[in-house]
Amino acid sequence: MAASACEHSRYARAVSLYDWLLFLHVLSAFFVVGALTALWGLVVATRPSAPLLAEQEARGFGRIVGPLVGVGMIGTLGFGIGLAIDSSRYHPWDGWIVAALVLWAIAGWAGGEAGKRFDRDPVGGRPAGMRFQALSSAAVLVILVLMIWKPGA
Amino acid sequence: MSVVAAIRGGSVNFPLFLHVLGAMLLVGTLLLAAAALVLSWRRQWATLGLTRLGLRALPMGVLPAYVLMRIGAQWTESREQLPEPVVDATWLTIGYITADGGAVLILVMVVLAVLGLRKLRAGGGSRLAAAAGAISTLLLAVYVVTIWAMSTKPD
Repeated sequence: MAASACEHSRYARAVSLYDWLLFLHVLSAFFVVGALTALWGLVVATRPSAPLLAEQEARGFGRIVGPLVGVGMIGTLGFGIGLAIDSSRYHPWDGWIVAALVLWAIAGWAGGEAGKRFDRDPVGGRPAGMRFQALSSAAVLVILVLMIWKPGA
Repeated sequence: MSVVAAIRGGSVNFPLFLHVLGAMLLVGTLLLAAAALVLSWRRQWATLGLTRLGLRALPMGVLPAYVLMRIGAQWTESREQLPEPVVDATWLTIGYITADGGAVLILVMVVLAVLGLRKLRAGGGSRLAAAAGAISTLLLAVYVVTIWAMSTKPD
């Protein structure tokens, strides 16, 4: 019974600062992946062979969803570093966290480049924009893998 | 989530990855549907493309993402072999209620989307699209609470 209570306390207990930081970190990650998913929907909806949206509609949609990626990226970084500082188990210099930070920078840069290409020339810049968005999405996916497996932790 | 991560076995990682990825895609596709339908509503449904995009995202995006999230959740739970007090914990109950309640709402939205897409061709369907947009916005809010419960694991 004592072992059972101990198990229970490991899973369910009062919400601490660490928990709040974790919630905000995870919520920010949902913002990033959610907004990236919505932007991929926009890419599909504007394919030249069968466009679903007019250019004006696509721009309006992109202006709402695009900034969410940035908000999520800043949130994941800020709250993630806060978590690593607050936790005694993890440190900002752990290998998997450093790798995630490098991938975060790559994802942010590629996402910014994708946005610029689509915004500058929605037709001519589309192939390059899609390549940059794919790179950004792949980096985010690898970050998720690192966050789940935590290699070396 | 990281508390579980600290004590979970390696065999849980892949099902948990599928669960989290599915949940993120679910939120993303719901965001796609909600944003497109709300934008279309604000323009008095004059932008048919946005309405179609929002409605198509429901059966083609939200439904498969939900299935991935739910299968991942069940697989994770079976691998975790959670003790009974944890199975009855508030955070897990919130997860089950919002997942299973969400399934009903998603099925309703898929029906609304299919009917709405048919009616759009005849010049109607805006009420069905509005209902689908309202439900997807509501579900997004509910899933923020679920993310809070699953990550903080309150008593």
